[in-house]
Amino acid sequence: MSDKRIKVLIAKPGLDGHDRGAKVIARGLKEAGMEVVYTGLRKTPDDIVRAAIQEDVDVIGLSILSGAHKHLFPEVMKKLKEEGAGDVVVISGGIIPEEDHQFLKDLGIEGIFTPGTPIKEIVDFIEENVN
Amino acid sequence: MMKELLEGIKNGNERKIAQAITIIENHRNMGFKLLKKLYRETSLAYLVGITGPPGSGKSTLTDKIVSKWREKDLKVAVIAIDPTSQFSGGALLGDRIRMSNVSTDRGVFIRSMATRGSLGGLNPAIYDTVLLLSAAGYDYILIETVGVGQNEVDIVDLADTTLVVTVPEAGDEIQTFKAGLMEVGDIFVLNKSDRPGVDKMQLTLEQMINLADKEGWEPPIVKTVATKKDGIENLTNKIDEHKNYLEESKLLEDNREEVMRRQLINLLEEKVLARIVNPIKSSAEFTDKMKKIKEVKKDPYTAAEELLADKFQI
Amino acid sequence: MSDKEYKKKEKNWREGTYKNTVDSYGERKEEFKTDTGVKLDPLYTKSDIEDIDEKEDIGFPGEYPFTRGVYPTMYRSRLWTMRQYAGFGTAEETNERFRYLLDQGQTGLSVAFDLPTQIGYDSDNELAQGEVGKVGVAIDTLADMETLFDQIPLDKVSTSMTINAPAGVLLAMYIVVAEKQGVDPEEIAGTIQNDILKEYIARGTYIYPPEESLKLITDIFEYCSKNTPRWNTISISGYHIREAGSDAVQELAFTLADGIEYVQKAVDIGMDVDDFAPRLSFFFNAQMNLLEEVAKFRAARRLWAEIMEERFGAKKEKSKMLRFHTQTAGAALTAQQPMNNIMRVTLQALAAALGGTQSLHTNSYDEALSLPTEESVKIALRTQQLIAHESGVADTIDPLAGSYYVENMTDRFVKEAKEYIDKIDEFGGMAEAIEAGYVQREIQDSAYKYQKKIEEKERVVVGVNEFVEEDEKAKADIMKVDEKVEQSQKEKLNEVKEKRDSEAVKKHLKEIRKAAENGDNVMYPIVDAVREYASLGEISNVLRDVYGEYEAQNF
Repeated sequence: MSDKRIKVLIAKPGLDGHDRGAKVIARGLKEAGMEVVYTGLRKTPDDIVRAAIQEDVDVIGLSILSGAHKHLFPEVMKKLKEEGAGDVVVISGGIIPEEDHQFLKDLGIEGIFTPGTPIKEIVDFIEENVN
Repeated sequence: MMKELLEGIKNGNERKIAQAITIIENHRNMGFKLLKKLYRETSLAYLVGITGPPGSGKSTLTDKIVSKWREKDLKVAVIAIDPTSQFSGGALLGDRIRMSNVSTDRGVFIRSMATRGSLGGLNPAIYDTVLLLSAAGYDYILIETVGVGQNEVDIVDLADTTLVVTVPEAGDEIQTFKAGLMEVGDIFVLNKSDRPGVDKMQLTLEQMINLADKEGWEPPIVKTVATKKDGIENLTNKIDEHKNYLEESKLLEDNREEVMRRQLINLLEEKVLARIVNPIKSSAEFTDKMKKIKEVKKDPYTAAEELLADKFQI
Repeated sequence: MSDKEYKKKEKNWREGTYKNTVDSYGERKEEFKTDTGVKLDPLYTKSDIEDIDEKEDIGFPGEYPFTRGVYPTMYRSRLWTMRQYAGFGTAEETNERFRYLLDQGQTGLSVAFDLPTQIGYDSDNELAQGEVGKVGVAIDTLADMETLFDQIPLDKVSTSMTINAPAGVLLAMYIVVAEKQGVDPEEIAGTIQNDILKEYIARGTYIYPPEESLKLITDIFEYCSKNTPRWNTISISGYHIREAGSDAVQELAFTLADGIEYVQKAVDIGMDVDDFAPRLSFFFNAQMNLLEEVAKFRAARRLWAEIMEERFGAKKEKSKMLRFHTQTAGAALTAQQPMNNIMRVTLQALAAALGGTQSLHTNSYDEALSLPTEESVKIALRTQQLIAHESGVADTIDPLAGSYYVENMTDRFVKEAKEYIDKIDEFGGMAEAIEAGYVQREIQDSAYKYQKKIEEKERVVVGVNEFVEEDEKAKADIMKVDEKVEQSQKEKLNEVKEKRDSEAVKKHLKEIRKAAENGDNVMYPIVDAVREYASLGEISNVLRDVYGEYEAQNF
């Protein structure tokens, strides 16, 4: 008997305080039937990975608008692998210039959802990519 | 895989513990296998439940209580429960936000769970998770939930010590207390007690406690200002006092026996649902009976008897 | 035509001419609504402004309740200040951008600080890694501040600084830079945002808990009323509340409610409202619905004037004047077809001009992608100059007054904002309402509803859900902050620490601690510390020690 819901962690790494998008997405995912843990602001990569592991999430969504993604995202991915959680699907959103997208993809962040992305697109991506 | 998990749990490996909880929540049969192996060697952690209306500061209190316990080097786990949306089946699990102090502490494990809208009883996985965390070596487990429904009262009733939180402005939310919280509370926490109205609320609480008339242990009212850490030491002392009281009076054993009895019943109900009711629901006979009920050729009461009789040859 | 005749004609039009056409041709939508959800009438007429008292509610520019403008001559004497928010990388780079903008015709400065600076961390702090210089300029000590204003005469240029929790420190640095230029504190003109309540609600760059933060703010009110009479001590902001997803009425209501809280706190510690109220200023958003925004601005002035006179008993006219800065809505910018943003910003800026703003920042068209380039910020500035000099709207005062629709909307805004303010009063004020999570929930609900409207195409966003171009190419040249900034900032900081008088720094840090512990005004020792090159992080950490840190409470 499996009632399994997709479990998602929405996180705000670094000092960026703009959480409108993160909160709207969290709510949208809940309405799509997922269980969503929101970490709140000012989380370090350590905090985020630890939360992801304790919550045993299927997906981590990183939201950042401060331009510090090239520093913080690799940290998150590194720690995930160190903790043996490299199979978690990681997606991202916020202000991430197109020219940085390949860098993120190379890290293993396949989903990059920048301004104007409909919630449905994110829901579909998650449902397709979570086993 | 089972072996790896069991080893990991006994070693306190957070990833393995977390994966085990996921199995217990979502793949019940596999979860049972795991729990069977752990049950007899596990000594239960001390379970504290904390509930109260939204905005009363439960999560902040949880954060501070856990910090206090950590000062004594106790290993602590927190289960934070939020309601599942009846509409979508999803949930927003937002309690971690307020536990910033302890989220970096390696001796603390925090897990958010949704109520999953269980049929009126408890999400059976919750107690199983308590067992699992006990097996992993946690000394204290704190279950936090929102006290606005019968479901939530049930959850907290599992606990050895139950904290009921309120705030001076609760006013009309005293209605909440009619939902059975007065019976369930072992310690009443008056949080945000630096606000106006605190004395009035204290009086109201005292009156209601007297009415509830609990034997033996007189539930104290502890005033706190969680954000400033005021009253926290007093609160954890009272929790210790209650723990001692339960141990000395043997009530701890009795209460836990009662909880286990309920859990056994829950498990039976769960299995009956899975093995008997659900298959019947999806059977051809069921559809057939429904058709007849619609055509008023059969009443539902007879239909139920017949469906069961078929299954059991009664 | 008598009123009765007019009403008859109106009825005939609605039930006859208009209805017949609707029956034949239909209308584009079932219902037309404003952003706030108000159902729009097809036509606004004299009947819609019947209940508005022209003398009491509309009045004249420069006179209570200031609905038509805070000054009697408005833009006819002086155009709004063109003040582009700018800052990135090192103080040198930002100084260059400042001088470029001033050369291009901007009339005031507006400083953007990086996140570590906004949150009281030095560039060498672990938490600052990856963030130094990214969203604004990195300022660690007075040395950076001196570089920032190099060749900029502080007696001639006014500066707005978007800084909140550590506002006192940056203000102190500005004062000392001016001092070194030979400019008296009494001469400096500008603003610090210094609005902590909205940080808890919508922006997130808080440091200390609410009570302690409010004390810092009233310390600044006191200090400035005695030392810097031309300085605006606070910019009570609605911009960010709107950006976080609130609607226009909520933006207005929550901003004024914040204002009420600040005034109340100052009054509670014994200040006379007329001693500090004239130097309060506001900051609003200019969104896409042009006419609704104009109504909002006019309503803001009228409502604040009423509040100051009736609730706080202000006597000076200046205390009742709501002066404000406006920024065009960042949330309206799209990453798709970015050039469209130029037109968006034009409409938004026009709303601000028609609404009587005192100063204006226009966003650059590429800001949904990155910080503005020199080219794009120039276009943004030109937008303002065009409106000011070519459109004619600045040549007469409050030109939309008397419009049935605009007056009706203005009045409606006042009424609806009052309802929210009453609700917040029931909570016991804005600080309480925020702690209860009421304000945040309202904003989040509006944000979610808005998103749904876009996804259901109830609301059209050109280029995003309509008129979409499938194979758009990304804009090639976007602004990039040099990664080496962090390293150079750390080196600079070390240099400063070596050269300064460490004993003096230690002494002043102790004085700050003592003042904070005793509840004295911390501004005085902060100015002293800053003069000796104490760093922003060092000072903020002393206060962190004494005041504690804010712990976020709500989802």
